[in-house]
Amino acid sequence: MIQWLKDLLQSNLVENSPGARTTRPAPAAPTPPKRVRAEQGETLAKQLALVIDLNVCVGCHACVTSCKQWNTSGSAGPLADFAPYGANPTGTFFNRVQTYEAGEFPGTDTIHFPKSCLHCEEPPCVPVCPTGASYKRAEDGIVLVDYDKCIGCKYCAWACPYGAREIDEERQVMTKCTLCVDRIYDEELPVDDRKPACVKACPTNARLFGDVKDPNSEVSIAIRERGGYSLMPEWETQPANQYLPRQITPMAHAAASIAPKATPPAFRSSPQD
Amino acid sequence: MHPAFSILFFTTLAGAAQGLVVALALALLAGVAMDATFLLQALAVGEVLLVAGLGASFLHLGHKMRAWRAVLMWRTSWMSREVIVLPAFIGLVGAWWLSLWLGVTGVWAQVLPILVVLGALLLWYCTAMIYACLRFIQEWAHWLTVANFTLIGLSSGSMLACALAALGQQDALLQVLAPWATEITLLAGLSRWASLRRNADLRAISTLQSATGIQSAKLVQKSMGMSAGSFNTREFFHGASQAVVRNLRWAFSLGLFVLPLVLAWWAFSNAALWPWVLASVLQAPSLIAERWVFFAQAKHPQNLYYQTVG
Repeated sequence: MIQWLKDLLQSNLVENSPGARTTRPAPAAPTPPKRVRAEQGETLAKQLALVIDLNVCVGCHACVTSCKQWNTSGSAGPLADFAPYGANPTGTFFNRVQTYEAGEFPGTDTIHFPKSCLHCEEPPCVPVCPTGASYKRAEDGIVLVDYDKCIGCKYCAWACPYGAREIDEERQVMTKCTLCVDRIYDEELPVDDRKPACVKACPTNARLFGDVKDPNSEVSIAIRERGGYSLMPEWETQPANQYLPRQITPMAHAAASIAPKATPPAFRSSPQD
Repeated sequence: MHPAFSILFFTTLAGAAQGLVVALALALLAGVAMDATFLLQALAVGEVLLVAGLGASFLHLGHKMRAWRAVLMWRTSWMSREVIVLPAFIGLVGAWWLSLWLGVTGVWAQVLPILVVLGALLLWYCTAMIYACLRFIQEWAHWLTVANFTLIGLSSGSMLACALAALGQQDALLQVLAPWATEITLLAGLSRWASLRRNADLRAISTLQSATGIQSAKLVQKSMGMSAGSFNTREFFHGASQAVVRNLRWAFSLGLFVLPLVLAWWAFSNAALWPWVLASVLQAPSLIAERWVFFAQAKHPQNLYYQTVG
């Protein structure tokens, strides 16, 4: 009762929401209050994102289970599970691996396609939130939900064309990929472990993680040199996460003994505008 | 989209209440003679419907006790604006009722009904823009959504006003309201028909190719990544057959527009009162059916990612 009154009276109600907390307390040195929320249309200096390499994803779902394990135990959890050992198990996941088939038989290609929140630079889910629970972080561009402020109206999920948000039907709050915000800044972890759980779990290195605003980062180089593209560019959401298209690599020596496949035109080889 | 009954009841109950209150306010401003007790009772019906609608909207929320937070983001969110305007409108109607009950005369007797009409228009606009502002739900992202929410609310509300006037033997009021209700119902029917035609001709801007970036003419999903559904398969699919959607479209077209217009014609030519009551009774379930179809026809682009269990 008192807490909600305090919240209502606070003038900086929305600006200083802690959101997802890092496991370490803030440094003791007095720092000026930091602006947490990015404004609509603001260009951020840093934008963390994933780049998914469709050449090497084998559809093993290791990223899905690793994501679920980390996040159900972390600041985003617990994530609901209904009938996990029953005939029809369902629950909250931040990451899904889907499978598509392209082309005509027998020259078909099977593409495994991981999908999570794309952390759009113009996220349509944020301005529609009536409470301000959904926000984009000014410091690193991660789109987050403050679970203590979410009223569970689901409007943000309607406003996401990618279906990246899933309501947790047990806690009745909206949940989504946090880019493991409670892990990537944790100074108690070895430096190599300060990556999203899905990235750490991928056995084929199909998931790259980094700052897409830094032109020399691994992700920026991959996007630039390997034709990284955005999903549904028609809605101008500017997804931060990008995908590397499947490219058929001719084999230098064995080429003569292997019949060439007739599908290369199926895949994009240049970035989509 | 999956039609949530909380939203169906909220938007139809509030819409009809707004239409009723607007009809009464306009009649009063036009100087139509009506019994003071009748006006108080009719306004009370509107207020009860509004509060019932507000209650239904709460049922949609996962955390009802936090609902007050929804007023905060009025700068960017149409839902936030609606959450502010709805209680303000309920308060305005209450204030008008109180002024009539106390017998307030002078400038407030004119200003309050004008404010009530403006408040109702603003509330329809906010409610409809919640849907119309989602640009990638092509069935909703159009001015016809605003027109339909407003006109259907006006139609159901003025038909209800006619029914109440018929029951309360307010002949002078019915004489004025009957043509208004008939014309606005005709207009609402035309506007809703236009949106049904538009929906039938829509071509989806997003495709499986643009959703995945895989530029193959033949591209099919083999697995959505789960075996027994998720929030994505429950919230964005209505789950009914195309036949159900088609039949409901016919049902609401008849019950909301065609039959009430036939009944109005009957009432005019025979000077009968009961057709107005019957028209209103017919419209009630048809309003729910209309809103159900409004949701069911909306194709969310996220559905492209959830086609095959595999």
